[in-house]
Amino acid sequence: MHLHRYEKIWLTVGLLTLIVFIIVLGINAFAMGAQPPSDAQVIDPTKVSQTPPFDQPGLKQLGNNNYAADMTAFVFGYAPNRIEIPVRSTVTFNVTSKDVVHGFEIPGTDVNMMIVPGLVNSATHTFTKPGDYLILCNEYCGAGHQLMAAHLVVK
Amino acid sequence: MAEAQAAEVQSVRVDRPAARLSLAYVLSGFLAFGIAAIAGLLQGLDRGGMITLPKWLSYYAVLTTHGVYMGLVFTTFFIIGFFFSGVARTTGGSLPPAARRLGWFGWWMMVVGVIMATIEILAGNASVLYTFYAPMKASPYFYIGTALLVVGSWFGGYGVFSAYRAWKRNHPGKMSPLFTFMAVSTMALWQIATIGVAVEVVLQLIPWSFGWVPTINVLLSRMLLWYFGHPLVYFWLLPAYTMWYVNMPRIIGGKVFSDALARASFILFVLLSTPVGFHHQLLEPGIPPLWKFLHVMLTMMVVVPSLMTAFNMFAVFETAGRAKGATGLFGWFKKLPWNDVRFTAPIMGMIAFIPGGAGGIINAGYQMNEVVHNTIWVTGHFHLTVATTVAMTFFGIAYWLIPHLTGRRLTPAANKVGLAQAVIWATGMLLMSGSMHYMGLLGVPRRTAYTTYMNNPTALSWMPLEGTMALGGVLLFIAAMMMIGMVIYLTWFAPKGFQEYPIGEIGDTAEATPRILERWPVIISLAAVLILVAYAYPVIDTMQNAPPGAPGIKTW
Repeated sequence: MHLHRYEKIWLTVGLLTLIVFIIVLGINAFAMGAQPPSDAQVIDPTKVSQTPPFDQPGLKQLGNNNYAADMTAFVFGYAPNRIEIPVRSTVTFNVTSKDVVHGFEIPGTDVNMMIVPGLVNSATHTFTKPGDYLILCNEYCGAGHQLMAAHLVVK
Repeated sequence: MAEAQAAEVQSVRVDRPAARLSLAYVLSGFLAFGIAAIAGLLQGLDRGGMITLPKWLSYYAVLTTHGVYMGLVFTTFFIIGFFFSGVARTTGGSLPPAARRLGWFGWWMMVVGVIMATIEILAGNASVLYTFYAPMKASPYFYIGTALLVVGSWFGGYGVFSAYRAWKRNHPGKMSPLFTFMAVSTMALWQIATIGVAVEVVLQLIPWSFGWVPTINVLLSRMLLWYFGHPLVYFWLLPAYTMWYVNMPRIIGGKVFSDALARASFILFVLLSTPVGFHHQLLEPGIPPLWKFLHVMLTMMVVVPSLMTAFNMFAVFETAGRAKGATGLFGWFKKLPWNDVRFTAPIMGMIAFIPGGAGGIINAGYQMNEVVHNTIWVTGHFHLTVATTVAMTFFGIAYWLIPHLTGRRLTPAANKVGLAQAVIWATGMLLMSGSMHYMGLLGVPRRTAYTTYMNNPTALSWMPLEGTMALGGVLLFIAAMMMIGMVIYLTWFAPKGFQEYPIGEIGDTAEATPRILERWPVIISLAAVLILVAYAYPVIDTMQNAPPGAPGIKTW
């Protein structure tokens, strides 16, 4: 099949740009570790309240300025619904759902993940600026979806 | 001689039986469009804090109506109607009786399905949005209704295939007309894509919703939905591309730039638009990153046929303009028929696809997805692509298709109203989609009723933008009602006459088309291989290593 010369140039430049773009994404992901939240731990969605660590959701200190926040999402809220951490803390959020699919997003950061019943998802972020951060559900989950939120206070 | 031949070709008219079928689909589509526009206005005003919906009308029922009616009902009906008309137009003016029977059977099935689903939505039994994410559990009749809509659309596709086969039998060894080829490829893509949602609805949702099985594998249901969810957008887009490739050249007084490249781009869409669904699930647990990345790579490859389309379109515009005596690098731009709504509405949509496509690359951009996933940016994105690029092309089609089918004419006055309608729609979309994109970058969630999260300062700072969005929504509603008015006028009131069904001729310099582009067994097998590569392992893994299933719950 014959291609017009200009079309060859256009498609070659386009294709090369795409390939460079994919390589940049790949280096970012596989060499620098910037992977999207893809945790694979399973959990019985009907027994979340009896399964550690989600039987006692809350903030756990792992080390100096290093925390794990084990949280549950449910209609229409999160447990715990308020977390306080010192500034420059690194927090790993481990979250699972007790009922339907929820979202977990902290506006102003890159923390954004899906919470699917039966699975635990996790994301890690270092908070360098003090403030009151909103944690909100960004996946439609029912009549009170617009109220589903929690607070993260960085001091 | 050539001129006389061309005039004869352009005078072909879709005959009465084919026109009635096509019109039934197109008008049902616009009825759904009108209802969806009312729902859209209500939700835009409510979310923007301008009105408060009455207690008996839930925001999410309105949102479900808007999504199902715009995304599934309007588009599917319009597309099948447009294809039936164009297949008839390019294969001699009529449809074989078998094709018409299949078409009517499909139409009735879709209508019954939509009525069932609507009753359940209005009764408040199905506020699960058009993605129906389990384990939110709707009434089984909602799922059955949507299944009928999809299966009915298959029969529409079978009608198109049957007309194509009849033509091939009568013209052995010849290449099919370009329009018919594009209709067949798009409906083939639709058959492949809807397998996912059909399996989800029939094997997972319906038995579970009736209570025959207690729980559901949530991740599997989401994989099946998104196997369908992305080719769905190409099912919307390809009819618009068909119009650009085939009808547009005639409208601007040019010729089809290359028949072969047009067909090649459609084949690439059939091959590449399905094995890409994980880019909708990048932030999900349970899917290994390597598989997500594979889908991202394939997603980027779907950009190639769109680049081909862009080149072809601008080549047509430039050659047509130069043939009319345009000089200089951009002189052809002024030679385009800007005062003809048949051109202007689609070209506005085409221009919107430049930022729209770029936004799509960001969405699928692996890490960048974390910034925008499930924010209102995504809503802004598909309002730019589907609701601007595709919808404005469909508007442009309606202005000549409906009068052609009803034996009426698009009058100069109606053309002026159409131009105004297009400008208002585009302005409304610029405001609405623009503010949605910006809000999304700030983290504003999508699919959310009016909320300030208990007067949270961050959420309060979003309110002025929500107001801009609502203002855009009002303009869109005005343009939508103008469109409905035009549809009514062109169907029943415009003066009688002949409105040309524009079909572009192939340019003189276009190369012969290679036969491989019509070898369907080869093309479909290749598509199946790509789908197996992208999906076989993750789907089996999700079934074998599934967590205990989730029971259903009604949370609205």
